[in-house]
Amino acid sequence: MSEILKTRQALTGNEAFAYAMKQINPDVVAAYPITPATEIVQIFSKYVADGEVDTEFVAVESEHSAMSACIGASAAGARVMTGTSSQGLALMHEMLYIASALRLPIVLAEVNRALSAPINIHCDHSDTMGSRDSGWIQIYCENANEGYHSLIQAVKIAETVNLPVMVTLDGFIISHGMEVVETLDTDVVRQYLGKRKPMYNVLDYENPIMVGPLDLPDYYFEHKRQQIEAMRKAKAVIEEVITDYNKRFCFDFPVFAEAYRMEDAEYAILVMSSAAGTMKEAVDIMREKGEKVGLVRLKVFRPFPFEVLQELFKNVKAIGVMDRADSVNTMGGPVFNEVRSALYDLNSRPRIMNFVFGLGGRDFPLSDALYIINRVKELKEGKSLDFVEYVGVRE
Amino acid sequence: MADNFSISLKELAKRNKGLASGHRACAGCPFPAIIRMTLSASDYPVVVANATGCMEVTTSIFPFGAWPVPWIHSAFENVAATISGVEAAYKALVRKGEIPSDKKVKFIAFGGDGGTYDIGLQALSGAVERGHNFLYILYDNEGYMNTGIQRSSSTPYGASTTTSPVGKVLPGKLQHKKPIVDIMAAHGMPYVAQASVSHWNDYVKKVRKALSIEGPTFIAVYSPCVPGWGYPENKSIEVAKIAVETGFWPLYEVENGYYKINYRPRNPLPIEEFLKSQVRFAHLLNHPEAIEEIKRFIEGRWKFLEFMEKRREIEGIKEDV
Repeated sequence: MSEILKTRQALTGNEAFAYAMKQINPDVVAAYPITPATEIVQIFSKYVADGEVDTEFVAVESEHSAMSACIGASAAGARVMTGTSSQGLALMHEMLYIASALRLPIVLAEVNRALSAPINIHCDHSDTMGSRDSGWIQIYCENANEGYHSLIQAVKIAETVNLPVMVTLDGFIISHGMEVVETLDTDVVRQYLGKRKPMYNVLDYENPIMVGPLDLPDYYFEHKRQQIEAMRKAKAVIEEVITDYNKRFCFDFPVFAEAYRMEDAEYAILVMSSAAGTMKEAVDIMREKGEKVGLVRLKVFRPFPFEVLQELFKNVKAIGVMDRADSVNTMGGPVFNEVRSALYDLNSRPRIMNFVFGLGGRDFPLSDALYIINRVKELKEGKSLDFVEYVGVRE
Repeated sequence: MADNFSISLKELAKRNKGLASGHRACAGCPFPAIIRMTLSASDYPVVVANATGCMEVTTSIFPFGAWPVPWIHSAFENVAATISGVEAAYKALVRKGEIPSDKKVKFIAFGGDGGTYDIGLQALSGAVERGHNFLYILYDNEGYMNTGIQRSSSTPYGASTTTSPVGKVLPGKLQHKKPIVDIMAAHGMPYVAQASVSHWNDYVKKVRKALSIEGPTFIAVYSPCVPGWGYPENKSIEVAKIAVETGFWPLYEVENGYYKINYRPRNPLPIEEFLKSQVRFAHLLNHPEAIEEIKRFIEGRWKFLEFMEKRREIEGIKEDV
């Protein structure tokens, strides 16, 4: 494939999401505005008003109804998308589980924002971390460019494995920050995705099916087991789709996680989303000082790629896991707990600690990034530290 | 009501489209009859969405689905949103040429009073405001019967339920039911009606009329509950009929804002006939003041309907608009 297929555009994260949605041209979009994801719905509404898509846009009265309408439309065989953030995702919570268990390939453009209370509109990951067990594939992107391409890939992944996918960008930091996005031609996107081919749908009245029946103890477990198996199989599908996408369109997007200067690393940081940018800078500075430190940016959180992390971390002595959410369980954040569990089976377990940062949009400066690396260095050197630290907070 | 919506009992019986036998509705429950009348009344293929509730749980137990038409259930409070998604998909797929435009499909949502008056009112209001092409059928059994007979905002004044029980101090529920049909009519919908399972001809005509209209339509159909109301299993239709004959459940319709009372009992039965037919009201016979309150409520409802019906007369409009 030649480079001609790509156009460099200056877009915000929200614009990149909306532009991908326009190119995907879903059959149905049902959505409700919420800061900082509002623009996605606004921009898409304009595409509808200008006839640039032939999507049926359902301007629902709540996020609960947004996901409910998405479920109805997806069960009817349509390609369906929505967008939301924070409280909106929380209001959808009940329906997220139903979408995934009904095996509906809905794609959700999510902008990470802190959950209330106290009410706050800025970035952290408490919203999507609250949905981590809802059966959705979760892809956390570092920047607008990755968000744009991941949203297109998400449609392919979702429809291949019949599971819903949410793709996330950090609220304001990325959703409202302008950067260069390398977009594909609309024809290329549409040709790449083709049409959705559902196995069944509720509009086929000549072959009636019942979607969402009551399952009692004699069947519920088997159906949940199948869903869990689908999530396991999603790993191969995600790998296949992203690898194929990279090959087709000449990109090098990481599949599950990005390894940065990890080759000979003695200790490492694990981080998700936009904070990886600052953290890479800090790693570079420490490398220049001769420190053998590396970084892993975890991109796919569901399914949880524990095998990949085991491989990446098998030779490091200490790891600092960064969480932009806390589980309020006195054991740190969700990413930390899962990473620590994943590494339990390694022959030589690294020392590991948790840094909770950036809650409610608290800035994450380079000085904090360097502080974290220095703490992990101390951990590597055998210093005894608390296993969770809160960075950038007054206490 | 224009006669072209009538259908003979013979034709209806010939179509005979309803639940498969073996569904788990209680003995005597009238909603299987409502489903049979609804599906048989339609001249078009239908897709049904069901709110969580008695109807959903008793007709869908995997792998014994009882519905002869495509059916979807997702949750309790959102059947109107769910069907609006199905309908939006249909519109989009027709527009994109995936479904031939001459393949007409009708969309019907069924919800109980819990899923309609209470937890689902927002989703219903939203779907109606957006103008989706669907018929919403409320089967009103005046309580949360699926979870074991709790009060809803449809439960009548004075009725004893497990969350408005008769006690040493309280005489059952202290609030009247919400006028759901008028609430829906206030949305400016093209067609809204109140019907009863006991009056099949009236109900079937209303379903056929609603299905002939493009846009959101709503029918509340009275659906007595054997265990919830406390009467013998063979009396559902009779109890529903008494509700109509006492004036407790008027049969009326609102077409483009114009009210019409479809049935006026010639010699209305005293409300006591309705109250004494059911265990949920048994205690009221010792509370004459509560019975007076119910009478005042019914009188007020009828005054409202009679007043609203005069709109045609005031505007000089003939019956068939």
